[in-house]
Amino acid sequence: MSFINYSSREINCKIVYYGPGLCGKTTNLQYIYAKTLPEAKGKMISLETGTERTLLFDFLPISLGEIRGFKTRFHLFTVPGQVFYDASRKLILKGVDGVVFVADSQVERLDANLESLESLKRNLAEHGEDLEKIPFVIQYNKRDLPNAVDRAYLEQQLNPRGVDSFEAVATTGAGVFDSLKAVAKQVLVELKRSQK
Amino acid sequence: MKSPFVLYEEDIAQIDELCALLYRESLARAVFLVDKDGQLISEQGDTSAIDATALASLTAGVIAAAGGLAKLLGEREFPVQLHEGERESIHTSLVAERFIFVMIFDERSSLGLVRLKLKRAHRSFELLLDELSASRPAHASQPKVFSEISDAEIDALFDVGVK
Repeated sequence: MSFINYSSREINCKIVYYGPGLCGKTTNLQYIYAKTLPEAKGKMISLETGTERTLLFDFLPISLGEIRGFKTRFHLFTVPGQVFYDASRKLILKGVDGVVFVADSQVERLDANLESLESLKRNLAEHGEDLEKIPFVIQYNKRDLPNAVDRAYLEQQLNPRGVDSFEAVATTGAGVFDSLKAVAKQVLVELKRSQK
Repeated sequence: MKSPFVLYEEDIAQIDELCALLYRESLARAVFLVDKDGQLISEQGDTSAIDATALASLTAGVIAAAGGLAKLLGEREFPVQLHEGERESIHTSLVAERFIFVMIFDERSSLGLVRLKLKRAHRSFELLLDELSASRPAHASQPKVFSEISDAEIDALFDVGVK
């Protein structure tokens, strides 16, 4: 749920990067952190296992400038991707305003993508949210790998509704900001709609 | 998406006053009020060396994880938590189901004093929330700035802040 603070003239929104294990959610945030001006970002927090796998979440607050005198701030979170951390994923989705689903384009990760997408729908439903009604974009990551599946096939499997989708190579940054901008824009448009 | 959570200037002023009183009476180093989504609402006391945004987000994570543990045991929540350090400690307590008082204190205060002063603060905060929700109709006539924003203004946001 976005938070509008008329005293500090700020609007805060929460965006969650969701997807299967090792799909590149944390890499997305690391790239955004590296490419954002110091004054526009806060500290990036990663709660990891000893082997650099996300245990609870990564967190990065960024500011995107002002709109009508209000600072717009986005709190970016990732969820742990590994299957057995489903309880943690559910917690992070609480109060979410928009979701970036990071799909792993490799052929052997198709099932993992589908399973993760299902868990996203299920976990949102437990918070009373419907994936079809919240700002949502899909990012097809790892497009540089030789075993990446055709985008058209991924679209057919993962994106039957035809939501905004982007090809990405999070390690080089390709597609990272496109995905973030698209979901952030959807969140603000939704906020505009809800205020009418 | 659920409707945004809106606090007006006069709401924040009253909440700040309540937190400031709690800060003074408890002799804590700092008092924060955050919501369960990790949004920072108020900060009082010696907060300059603390990354308040990170604190709010991590507090919400800890409370959410504890809530998950509580449900495993058939409890509704674990509303109070204490993290005890060598020099400083953090006391978190849920109030009105969706807000969290975070109190950072050291040897100048004590757990007993923190808990005593929190009891009154919880009651005052719940009363304040009732007052704020009763005053909501008065805000209905205020301009809703975000209903008028244009797509061009939204696009322009992304031209700043990125290297």
